[in-house]
Amino acid sequence: MIISVASGKGGTGKTTVAVNLALSLSNVQFLDCDVEEPNAHIFLKPYIKEQKKGYIPVPEIDESRCNYCGKCAQVCVYNAIAILPSQNGKKGTTLVFAHLCHGCGACSALCPEKAIKEVKREIGIVELGNCGKIEFIHGKLNIGEAMSPPLIRQVKEHINPKKTVIIDAPPGTSCPVVTSVKGSDYSILVTEPTPFGLNDLILAVEVLRKLKIPFGVVINRADLGNNKTDEYCKQESIPVLMRIPFKREIAMAYSKGEPIVKAFPEYKKDFAILYKRIAERIK
Amino acid sequence: MKQIVIISGKGGTGKTVITGAFAALAKNKVMVDCDVDAADLHLLLQPNIKERHEFKSGLTAIIDKKNCQQCGKCIVACRFNAINQDFVIDPISCEGCAFCTYICPVQAIKMNENLAGEWFISETRFGPMVHAKLGIAEENSGKLVALVRKKAKEIAEENNCDWVIIDGAPGIGCPVIASLSGIDCALVITEPTLSGLHDAIRVIDVAKHFGVPVKLVVNKYDLNTGMSEKIEQYCNKNGISLIGKIGFDKSVVEAMVEGKTILEYKDTKIKEEVIKIWEML
Repeated sequence: MIISVASGKGGTGKTTVAVNLALSLSNVQFLDCDVEEPNAHIFLKPYIKEQKKGYIPVPEIDESRCNYCGKCAQVCVYNAIAILPSQNGKKGTTLVFAHLCHGCGACSALCPEKAIKEVKREIGIVELGNCGKIEFIHGKLNIGEAMSPPLIRQVKEHINPKKTVIIDAPPGTSCPVVTSVKGSDYSILVTEPTPFGLNDLILAVEVLRKLKIPFGVVINRADLGNNKTDEYCKQESIPVLMRIPFKREIAMAYSKGEPIVKAFPEYKKDFAILYKRIAERIK
Repeated sequence: MKQIVIISGKGGTGKTVITGAFAALAKNKVMVDCDVDAADLHLLLQPNIKERHEFKSGLTAIIDKKNCQQCGKCIVACRFNAINQDFVIDPISCEGCAFCTYICPVQAIKMNENLAGEWFISETRFGPMVHAKLGIAEENSGKLVALVRKKAKEIAEENNCDWVIIDGAPGIGCPVIASLSGIDCALVITEPTLSGLHDAIRVIDVAKHFGVPVKLVVNKYDLNTGMSEKIEQYCNKNGISLIGKIGFDKSVVEAMVEGKTILEYKDTKIKEEVIKIWEML
């Protein structure tokens, strides 16, 4: 079973819910797909056994074969290739803007001269390890890199469907979130009962409905703000799976990288109930 | 005219609340919301939309069932697994590369332009605002950010504004990078948590990578004063100017519930702290 934890708004407690859920279950695989700002490792402190470079395939043009016909530049919708044709006996020029390339492979396949091969461009790193019995995998996007979905896909290649897979997703509603939650059996949307939290929850609900993934809501810092989030969930028949109160002790534990269930073991049963509720809903 | 962007790396550290406060403090400025994925600044500034524009960007493939011979070449070619065994394209997975249109032996695949979102020019009680809404599960947030910023800059130049104040997105990827180009100062808002510091360091590195000067604020600093000290030490060591600390105060949420900036709400200590930070900018 694959459960993803998403939110729309950042800082609502995705990582808190994902980590504590993982620590309350057995036979778990944990994937941190927030490759721009991965944080789960701060709480799970995994022992990293293996590092793999994350790549995206980009074109490399063999100038000895290229006749500067410009077909590759014409097919590339991302404007990642520019070709200046030969003129008055002067050789042409090829330019590859690798950071614009999405790695679709059209240029190399369609080059009439077979002058383009794909080379690997590093965009980040995937680390694999474990935290006790939890299998842990996360990705880290390199600084200055704009495109996270290829790296998220590389993290997700390691999914082991025999385990309970927990995916910590990035905030937002666009491609990194879609790439992370796609294929989940269930999604948990973590929100806070504030106008910002609700506004972004509604956007996240639209994403999951579009992807046809069943979902429920966890309300964090449940005693702050107002009751509009509850009203919205009721109106939309969205189950509220769990409420976590705002407590300075919880905030303090979080700030030190300490999971709630380690600092306050009594919460372990609440996260086990959260899982039970999800498992019942998937059946 | 100066352009400043408020970013954080980690979400939920207080970017929008602080940007909202700046809207109330700064004179002669244009406000911009560049968190086009999950925009919230409008909840504080309550813009009155004057102009509404479509944002068309990117392409999506569509297969003409009548001409399709079901040869399967497109399925093999597509690196994004966007075409299923029934020869239906999943528009969410399709990255619009158009490779399939060239591979198809009978030209049964066409590309359509996406309506990827909307952007707006608005009036608020604090002056003009440019903002946007990316379509649900859409791509190209970086391009929408660039477009919104271009408009905001034009408005600022026409009106001889002193400031363009931009609320940024969380993370370090394409919308954040697009919000950093040509910026005079990136104000990084962090919180005294290990995650907050970890993510702030990454976004500071991104800003430095693009040559943008950085200033830092620690929000909710009193939730863990020991951690706040660590952040201060980090700043001292790395030559980053820490220009202020803001305490944790439940009135931030109360003000938000009323659709007000913290400057328009109760007299609190955090109000003074934010005013000080604005003066430092």
